[in-house]
This record gives sequence, structure tokens and C-alpha cells, in this order.
Amino acid sequence: MTVADDVKTVAGAKDGRPARSRRWTSVAAALSLPLVLLVVWQLAASSGAYSTAQLPPPLSVLEALGELGGDASLWTHIAISVQRVLVGFAAGAGLGFLLGAVVGLSPGVRAVVAPSIAALRAVPSLAWVPLLVLWLGIGEGPKITLVAIGSFFPVYTTISAALAHADPHLVEVGRAYGLRGGGLLGRIMLPSVAPAIFSGLRLGLAQGWLFLVAAELIASSMGLGFLLTDSQNTGRTDILLLAILLLATLGKVCDAILGLVERRVLRTHT
Amino acid sequence: MTITTAPAGVSLRGVGRAFGDHVVLRDIDLDIAPGEVVALLGASGCGKSTLLRMVGGLDLATSGTVRVDGHDVTGIDPRCAVVFQEPRLLPWRTLAGNVALGLPRDLPRNRRDAESRQWLAEVELRGFADHRPRQVSGGMAQRTALARALARRPGVLLLDEPFAALDALTRLRMQDLVEDVQRRSGTTVILVTHDVDEALKLADRVVLLGGAPTGVSVVLDVPGDRPRDHHQPELAELRSELLAGLGVPRRTPLERETHAR
Repeated sequence: MTVADDVKTVAGAKDGRPARSRRWTSVAAALSLPLVLLVVWQLAASSGAYSTAQLPPPLSVLEALGELGGDASLWTHIAISVQRVLVGFAAGAGLGFLLGAVVGLSPGVRAVVAPSIAALRAVPSLAWVPLLVLWLGIGEGPKITLVAIGSFFPVYTTISAALAHADPHLVEVGRAYGLRGGGLLGRIMLPSVAPAIFSGLRLGLAQGWLFLVAAELIASSMGLGFLLTDSQNTGRTDILLLAILLLATLGKVCDAILGLVERRVLRTHT
Repeated sequence: MTITTAPAGVSLRGVGRAFGDHVVLRDIDLDIAPGEVVALLGASGCGKSTLLRMVGGLDLATSGTVRVDGHDVTGIDPRCAVVFQEPRLLPWRTLAGNVALGLPRDLPRNRRDAESRQWLAEVELRGFADHRPRQVSGGMAQRTALARALARRPGVLLLDEPFAALDALTRLRMQDLVEDVQRRSGTTVILVTHDVDEALKLADRVVLLGGAPTGVSVVLDVPGDRPRDHHQPELAELRSELLAGLGVPRRTPLERETHAR
């Protein structure tokens, strides 16, 4: 019997254009819109319709970067914010992963725990701030906790839902071939929901950044959120815009790094 | 590599299965000798897959006892291996990695890959060990599922309509392969099917399930040695009897001849 003729060609493996040139095309496409916005920004700022206090031109934001970057303060703001996000995200995503797995796997636990967690999730991020300040003071504790709260929910929600609906056929195969408990979870269930796990982590990281700014806006003397309020109070719109651009860039870089890990892990996956 | 297994006998005594108030199977008595090939034949939804799953411990009887090799089945039975209607391969593993799922847990790590590849060779998939399930055809995926089951060196091989989703030619090849593997390994086989010709080709005995709730309607010995051609004249009468039992009566060739005159 010949089997070679049964083999399907792998979809997408044979494409005329080399991968490198396609990647540059997509990078160029992604950068085109920011460039257009930059031009529009420049035109709007130089049209005279807005004062420089309302809308400083792009160049003065660049100058603000040079000014703040010259002394170490800008890097301290960035470093402390990144640190808060990473520590808070690790704690929140870790807890979300564990609780999501337990709730996803056990209908009993789900019945007891899931409705309460769903109710907590409905609390707006800023509502936690007074309570956290009251309980944890004004140090790093409340900020990291708020980021952790932000990261927790997307990870918890996606993982509990994905595991509860893991392919029953594959789970049954695992059982039929002698896997139980941790072995079944590690070898069949988690790999089968790996794409959902990664989208949960990416959502959690993005929400961590959102909650970071909420934390730093309120009670803080460092960080990019503090830079936002401080520049507003001192009328430095250029620094305010710089802080927003830095938040966008850092958020995007964090997501891209996680996306790279995701691509590597899922490359062999489907 | 030798693929010999120690075939196990199966014994069902008064086996029944109810889902809530709904009784699906009742009072099933059946003894299967070690090394025997038995086909469970019945209409769709009659509970023949449920019966097979109870032998493998994937489902538990609500009454009666199921025994494999003299031991009551109370959970997943290590002496049984199942091939499902769908290949059910793990898409993130290679074919060899999928077969490895069937290997004994205590097999040393450095021998697992080589053994997986040998089992793939047994189902004529030498050279495809590093392919992913999505890269191969449905027939090849189902052969991989068979290799995964064989890697368990099962006393009882449970086949749950494993050819139903395959095209006609691939199905014939798979039937030949299963026949060949059974002859060389000597394992007991329980084959669930709704295809009368498939049952007559592969089985030593055919168990026709029917009634509501389902019970054993009739057990027939299939004459002649395997491999069989289901067009053999002595099988024709058996074939019409089974089809009549399934509610689709056909005239035998002899009757057809008489009618033509």
C-alpha cells in the first residue's frame, strides 16, 4: 500500500514571497497610521487654532523627552511603572491561573465561587483605591495590588471558561489511556487550551497597565501616572503627551514580547 | 519487534445501563474467549458503543458485572485499549508523540521514541513519525490511533466504529490491517459496527443487538477461516438474516433466482 500520496501539503508552507519581505511589509503597514497621525498633529498644532498650552507640536514633546531624559528622573518614572506592572501582573495572573484552573475543572467549586468572583469583577478599578490606601498605606503595596486585581480577571475568566469547555473527546482519550488528575491537566487539558491561555495573559497584561495608571494617578510620587497628574498641575502639556506616548509604547512592547513567546509556543501547536 | 499480547477473555453477566429513568441496555449476557474477534452489530443509537465503553471502563454498568480476564471492571482498565470513531489525536504532538501516549508509563524515557516509531511501522506509517496530525489524511490518522492502542499491548482491543468515517477504499485497507494485526498479535477484539459485511469479514462471532431497551437478539457463529470474503455463498444467508434482524430485509440470491423463474 502506498501512503505517500495521502499526505497533504502543509498549508502556507509554500508561498512565493520570502517571509522576511512579508514581515517588513506588515511593519510598514502598521507604522503608516501613526505617521499620518503625526503629520495631522503637526498641522493642527501649527494651524494656530490651538495654543501651545493646549496642543504643543510634536517637536516640543521630543524636546521634553530630551529635557527629562537628561537627568535620571524620566528613567526612574519608567522603571518604577514597569516594575509595578510586572510584579502585579505576575501575582494577579498567577492567582488567576490557579483559581481559573480550579473553577474550570470542578463544577462544585464553580457553583460556589464563580458568581462571587463575577460580582467582584464588576467593581470599577477606581473604587478599590480608597480601600487599598486605607488597608495597605501609600507605599508600593496598594499600587501592585491594584495592578494584580486588573491582571487577575482576564486570566481567570479565559482559563476557567476554556478548561470548562476543553475538548471532551481529547479528555476522554487521555482518561482511556490511563491519565488522571495532574497528568490529564498537564498533558491534555492545558495544551488543548493553550491559545486561550495566551490570549488571557495578553488581556491581563494590558489591563495591568490600565490599572497601573489608575493607581498612580491617585496616590503616588513616582511613575508615569504621577507624571500625568504632575504635568497637568504644572501646565506642561508637552510632558503630559510624552507620558501618554510612553504608556502606549511600553504597553505595546510588553504585548509584543508576550506575543513572541506565544508564537514560539504555539508554532508546533496546531 | 514482536507484537504478541496476552489475550484476555471478557464476560458480561446481566449487564444493564440506564441514564436516569431511561434504560438503554438490559440483561446482557456474553462470554468472549481470549483471542476471539466479536462484532457487536446494531442500529444507530441502540447502545452498542455504550456496551463497548463499559468493557473499557469508560462507562460503568448500572446493573450486572463486566469482567475482563476474570477481574471486575470498576474504572479504566489497563488491559483494554480503545480506538474511537474519530482518530482523536493530540494536534500539538507528532504522530510518534501521539503513539507514545499508549506506551506503558514505566517504559524508560530513552526508549519511548524508538518504540513509538516501531508501532507506527506496524501500521505502515514508517517515515511519518514526525508529521503532525493535521498534515496527514484521515486514514493515516486513524492508523495512528490504532498504533496508539497497540502500543498498550492490550489484552482486549476495543474498536468503536473505527472505519465509519473513512472513504470506502481506505475502509477496506483498514479492515485488512486490523485483520492482519489481530492475527499476528492474537489479541481479543470487540468491534462495534453497523456494517453487516464488515462484521462478517472480520468477526468469529456476530452479536446482534436489538429491542427496546436493547438486549442481545441473536449470536451467530461466522463459518470459515479469516480472512474472509463476504461474498462467499455460505455467508449470504447469514447476511440476510442479520439485515432482517436490523430491520432491512433483503432476499437471498437463492430466493432471487427462484423469483426470477
